[in-house]
Amino acid sequence: MSMPRQPAPPGPALTIDALGRKCPIPIIMLAEQIRDVPLGALIAVLADDPAARTDVPAWCGMKSHEFVVERALPRGWAFVVRRCY
Amino acid sequence: MAYLDAASSEPLHPAARAALLTALDDGWADPARLHGDGRRARLLLDQARQRVAAVLRCRADELSFTGSGTQAVHLAVLGTVAARRRPPTAGPAVVASAVEHSSVLHAIEQCERDGAQATIVGVDRQGRVDPAEFAAALPRAAAAARAPERRGAVLACLQSANPEVGTIQPAAEVAGACRYASVPLLVDAAASAGRLPIPGGWSLLTASAHKWGGPAGIGVLAVRKGTRWRSPLPADDREGRRVPGYPNVPGALAAAAGLEALDSERLTRETALRALTDRIRDRIPHVVPDTVVYGDPVRRLPHIVTFSCLYVNGEALVTELDRAGFCVSSGSACTADTLRPSHVLEAMGVVTHGNVRVSLPRATTADTIERFLAALPGIVAKLRGSADPAVSA
Repeated sequence: MSMPRQPAPPGPALTIDALGRKCPIPIIMLAEQIRDVPLGALIAVLADDPAARTDVPAWCGMKSHEFVVERALPRGWAFVVRRCY
Repeated sequence: MAYLDAASSEPLHPAARAALLTALDDGWADPARLHGDGRRARLLLDQARQRVAAVLRCRADELSFTGSGTQAVHLAVLGTVAARRRPPTAGPAVVASAVEHSSVLHAIEQCERDGAQATIVGVDRQGRVDPAEFAAALPRAAAAARAPERRGAVLACLQSANPEVGTIQPAAEVAGACRYASVPLLVDAAASAGRLPIPGGWSLLTASAHKWGGPAGIGVLAVRKGTRWRSPLPADDREGRRVPGYPNVPGALAAAAGLEALDSERLTRETALRALTDRIRDRIPHVVPDTVVYGDPVRRLPHIVTFSCLYVNGEALVTELDRAGFCVSSGSACTADTLRPSHVLEAMGVVTHGNVRVSLPRATTADTIERFLAALPGIVAKLRGSADPAVSA
């Protein structure tokens, strides 16, 4: 079975810089700004509070958005989320 | 002030207080001495040991009093690993759940620094280990230790119930798997002793008196007959050679009185407190939007309920509740001495911010809970209003 070649994933439509901010601030910013990206688009949250590593995926699960990936940054992490509704 | 933090420390039970005051006068002498005052202290200490052993369903000679629950756990973990060490090739293997008390995890970290291999078993979203997954980790741990002569790990650790979210662990099933694999099981019963029957099948059992309404400064360590255990500390004849240092006889008696009292009231209190925590579980999602209640709704400790309010700072929430007259604790970061959130909430994969643990002491009334439920929505709304990130954008 041949699969069509997947195009390279597009970059996030919006990047929220929450570096230096403690939870729940990164989650509040994500919740407020996810509606600013089109349906199905990606939004990235940059954060360096270790609590975000648990809270971003957990929030996505609660709110039925898709948690796509966590990427390590020189300082903190980038959390990529897909707006699902 | 409504004290709703019994899982941190249950207020001293009146029976424990009375026993403590009497024992301060009667049990001060050295119980190791042969004179009259010493013999009287020995008698009181033995009596305390028998009474605690009866409630915990073990033999009196299996039970030692320690200086704290944490010390009991440290001795249990380090002493079991010390007794089974096979230098130099085979590092002993230890299996534990990810949601054990920090004393268990820290003791295991020390074993790892000394060459042990640790396997940490994850939990589901309610904070419970899967007994099959835990059982499967036992032979894996043996392989990690490269000890083919052993059929399993040298130690497995599982709490009876989780003190942060209240979920009861499948300790009896895990004990069966450990027995099959010939692995001694440490059951940390600090959260449940006196509140639920002690699960069977353990090789080592630990608990802490101040969690059951006894005094601070008393823990218990029980080592089942036939369990290989060697003190990791310098030799001392006290407490069956398990716990060094002069025993706290008045504390032991007060601990015994508190445990007996809590145990004797168990069914009535459990019913009453469960009704109150059920009420909180039911109402919270209705009165406070964007709130999640954690832990198993049924198979849980009767006195604990934990929830997170989205978009609220946990530290601020605890402070505001305190100002409103409610003492609660939180698993959110910055609420204890740590900058990290609770390892239990992390392991469950649930939201860690805005977290509140309400744990009811024995005399909690329905009126207190209604007042709490009435106060919480306004406090959360106020904090949500003040946490607007737009001002900082």
